[in-house]
Amino acid sequence: MTGTNTGISPAESGVATDMDRAAHSSAPGGLVKSVVELDRVVIRLAGDSGDGMQLTGGRFTSETASFGNDLSTLPNFPAEIRAPTGTLPGVSSFQLHFADHDIMTPGDAPDVLVVMNPAALKANLVDLPGGGLLIADSDEFTPRNLAKVGYASNPLEDGSLDKWQLVSVPLTSMTTDALADSGLGKKEAERSKNMFTLGLLSWMYHRPTEGTIRFLERQFRRKPQIAAANIAAFRAGFNYGETTEAFAVSYEVKPAPMAPGRYRHISGNQALAYGIVAAGQRSGLPVFLGAYPITPASDILHELSKHKSFGVRTFQAEDEIAGIGAALGASFGGALGVTTTSGPGVALKAETIGLAVMTELPLLIVDVQRGGPSTGLPTKTEQSDLLQALFGRNGEAPVPVIAPRSPGDCFDAALEATRIALTYRTPVILLSDGYLANGAEPWSIPAVDELPDLRVEFATAPNGSAEDGTEGQFLPYLRDPETLARPWALPGTAGLQHRIGGLEKADRTGNISYDPANHDFMTRTRQAKIDGIAASIPATEVDDPDGDATVAVIGWGSTYGPIGAACRRIRASGRSVAQVHLRHLNPLPADLGDILARYDQVVCPEMNLGQLALLLRAKYLIDVHSHTQVRGLPFRAAELAAVLQDVIDSTGTTPTAAPLEAASNGAVL
Amino acid sequence: MTATPHVHDLGMPDVTTVSGAIDASIAANGPKQTELKAKDLKTDQEVRWCPGCGDYVILNAVQSFLPSLGIAREDMVIVSGIGCSSRFPYYMNTYGMHSIHGRAPAIATGLAASRPDLSVWVVTGDGDALSIGGNHLIHTLRRNVNLTILLFNNRIYGLTKGQYSPTSEVGKVTKSTPMGSLDHPFNPVSLALGADATFVGRAMDSDRKGLTDVLRQAAEHQGTSLVEIYQNCNIFNDGAFELLKDPTTGPMWTIPLVHGEPLVFGPGGASCVVRDDFGGLRIAETNQVDASQIVVHDAHREDPSYAFALSRLSSQDLRYTPMGVFRKVSKPSYDRMMADQLEDAAAQEPADLDALLTGADSWTVSA
Repeated sequence: MTGTNTGISPAESGVATDMDRAAHSSAPGGLVKSVVELDRVVIRLAGDSGDGMQLTGGRFTSETASFGNDLSTLPNFPAEIRAPTGTLPGVSSFQLHFADHDIMTPGDAPDVLVVMNPAALKANLVDLPGGGLLIADSDEFTPRNLAKVGYASNPLEDGSLDKWQLVSVPLTSMTTDALADSGLGKKEAERSKNMFTLGLLSWMYHRPTEGTIRFLERQFRRKPQIAAANIAAFRAGFNYGETTEAFAVSYEVKPAPMAPGRYRHISGNQALAYGIVAAGQRSGLPVFLGAYPITPASDILHELSKHKSFGVRTFQAEDEIAGIGAALGASFGGALGVTTTSGPGVALKAETIGLAVMTELPLLIVDVQRGGPSTGLPTKTEQSDLLQALFGRNGEAPVPVIAPRSPGDCFDAALEATRIALTYRTPVILLSDGYLANGAEPWSIPAVDELPDLRVEFATAPNGSAEDGTEGQFLPYLRDPETLARPWALPGTAGLQHRIGGLEKADRTGNISYDPANHDFMTRTRQAKIDGIAASIPATEVDDPDGDATVAVIGWGSTYGPIGAACRRIRASGRSVAQVHLRHLNPLPADLGDILARYDQVVCPEMNLGQLALLLRAKYLIDVHSHTQVRGLPFRAAELAAVLQDVIDSTGTTPTAAPLEAASNGAVL
Repeated sequence: MTATPHVHDLGMPDVTTVSGAIDASIAANGPKQTELKAKDLKTDQEVRWCPGCGDYVILNAVQSFLPSLGIAREDMVIVSGIGCSSRFPYYMNTYGMHSIHGRAPAIATGLAASRPDLSVWVVTGDGDALSIGGNHLIHTLRRNVNLTILLFNNRIYGLTKGQYSPTSEVGKVTKSTPMGSLDHPFNPVSLALGADATFVGRAMDSDRKGLTDVLRQAAEHQGTSLVEIYQNCNIFNDGAFELLKDPTTGPMWTIPLVHGEPLVFGPGGASCVVRDDFGGLRIAETNQVDASQIVVHDAHREDPSYAFALSRLSSQDLRYTPMGVFRKVSKPSYDRMMADQLEDAAAQEPADLDALLTGADSWTVSA
């Protein structure tokens, strides 16, 4: 999605629009081809893990982004690096939704499915609506490959795919034919079939091709023969589309109107890493990342490791505990300490997060959530670490928690998490998830000098007197009256030597204290400090364009897109609904209770079993309607819209509303 | 920051710029005071170890010798874990962090790697370093981060009131092992050498001179130094090192390690160390071997096998225990190499946030 435009878009509202305007053009050889204009397309590429589907999808995304469409992506791949070739567990897919208008999701279901082998067909066909375009690499539908996934006969030939528009193309052999003179062996040449496919799709959707050619030259600059082969395959695919009779139609999706400015496409993990670099630059602090490799967070470690010129230190630790420990040690020395992980890693880091709570040092903990519990679903998305983030520590250990809502928003969320950590001298947990991490969207590139000013003031002089009245003492736990933050005195600063640690501190001096009244006071003070952050959070935005909604839907994190798309459908059907999306999960915005109390019903969709709903019920005594799903995939907008419709209609308002199904006219978002 | 002339070469790089904000904050504080006395390192906190604990002796030794290093006390940071020894930072007027069980080496690594201008120390115990924190210890040693680890080994869990530890001898009867412990103990020096530690030493709490000598060499070493300090817990494991402390038996069973000197020990130099037939070392009677067969101690050998063989001369019952510096070799330290990579990266490509955010494939939408 692009920016905060939440205006109704025809396609995402589900209302059918007569956008299709056919034109005809003459291709070389006199073949007459028509061009159909579409407002949006959802394409899914599926193949074996070794077929390069993620790379192909990524390139198609780049072409689409630079063409100016709005877009949203959903990579979906197995945890195994290379499951046995041609089997169902080895299927990897990439879904891209692009449009001539603002969109919010990668699409509920594909309009076009490209399958590179029988396993990909078997795993994905269920999602392709009847009538959808199905492109299959016929070369890979061999008896052996068919047998691997239990096809008794070849579905490309036995009529079982009649309800779809099937185009059977020998992608592999056309690739090897195109590369016959490349000097590459057959096996090597075959590996370029993904680029042939990309070329074909690029022709089909009028994508610009220069970017991919530049990319291939860059990617294989040390292997010019491979670069040349891939470029040749890419061009051959494009030319095949132009000349073949198999594809009589190509499609045009016009650029989406976007606010003036510079754009790029960006994934969540990339945006998060850039946000951390920017936070270091804007705070003037050196970034220190302590991390242990874990899916789906490792890409942040990889990305930050490239940016040493910004003074970013990355430390690949021996384990999750050392990762956060080193980050906290660096924070003690005045760095912006960061650790990145996923749910299992947060479990291991819990004790050190508690130490950071106790020592009141700034620390950024990024949890790119995945399916759980335990090892769970490493490559799939979920939002089930909310309660772990809030409460997964011994003792009363309050930690601010914030969550980005889209891939690009990960950048801003990193800056906001850093602001809180530095201002309030506290660890902060940022909850991203697998869908945000790997998904991509166009991103409006921010102006560097308009980013928040995150500079901090370190303690440089004594700040009080000892209990016996001795002047010129440094009191490490003397608090700022407004933020309740304690001073940050860096090792190396003379006269401010002090000791901190995990034992309870005496107020002001920070000395060890077992005094009952002091512990009670300090426990409440630590809580009050975190609660007080709410004063720095902007008022909650309520998106209710009609202004008369009696039902509100509340979400957090990556469900923003699907919930937003569902709300558009609801509004297009003549109903009203208010959307509230939380960035701050702890503390919650101060006005949230009053806002939610205005509605007859509050619906809370989550990719867990109702964790935010539990919090809202406990905190505001509101009978929240929890709608949950843990399939490892984002919500489908149509399903959410149906849930919302049921709730709205059962509250007995908006009698003029049309049935949702009729309004949506079968369109998918 | 003001460059500080150190009395000793601590192997610490001359760091002129740490980072703008940190640098400015420290510089605002004025010149460094590097001439200290022992009392300058004491805090106003009452020392709360049991009366008679070996930790007092170690604290005194450290406070007495540290001023001779010529490091300002604000440039020293002591990080500890959990256990009796880990209360150490509270009694030192330096910067300090009393952290969580076993994690001090990890925390100190982050601090030392990001602040090469500091002198970072870890104080830990046998349970803290070798049991719950074993993983961090070995990885810190192999990385060779510039920090000094003091491992107080009392061969018992003191703070939890007397369970056996990973260095307790087999058969140790404790509250958790009424019929005797079953686990084979670690030899901390062997463990450290197995992790390719660049500096490994051992000293006795009550031996002020020997302890000070090993500590000084450890502090001067660039990279990770590990010093095992035998420390008596007079409450739960009293007399654990008596064999080595006793004026009669001590000289019989202690092998003093002096670089460049032949390994001869015992009353009248009656015992010595010679090579065995398998490439290791063994104890011999001095009058039974030719002087040329006696091993001359070389702490600087690149190959850690020799130092490891030395560490294997002693057994669980502490007979034939080498004391002193086992190994001291020079390798680039992690923090220095990390700083070098940052400098190289900055020289190759200046930091430009706008260029980073814009990337290679941006496009512009006009009004």
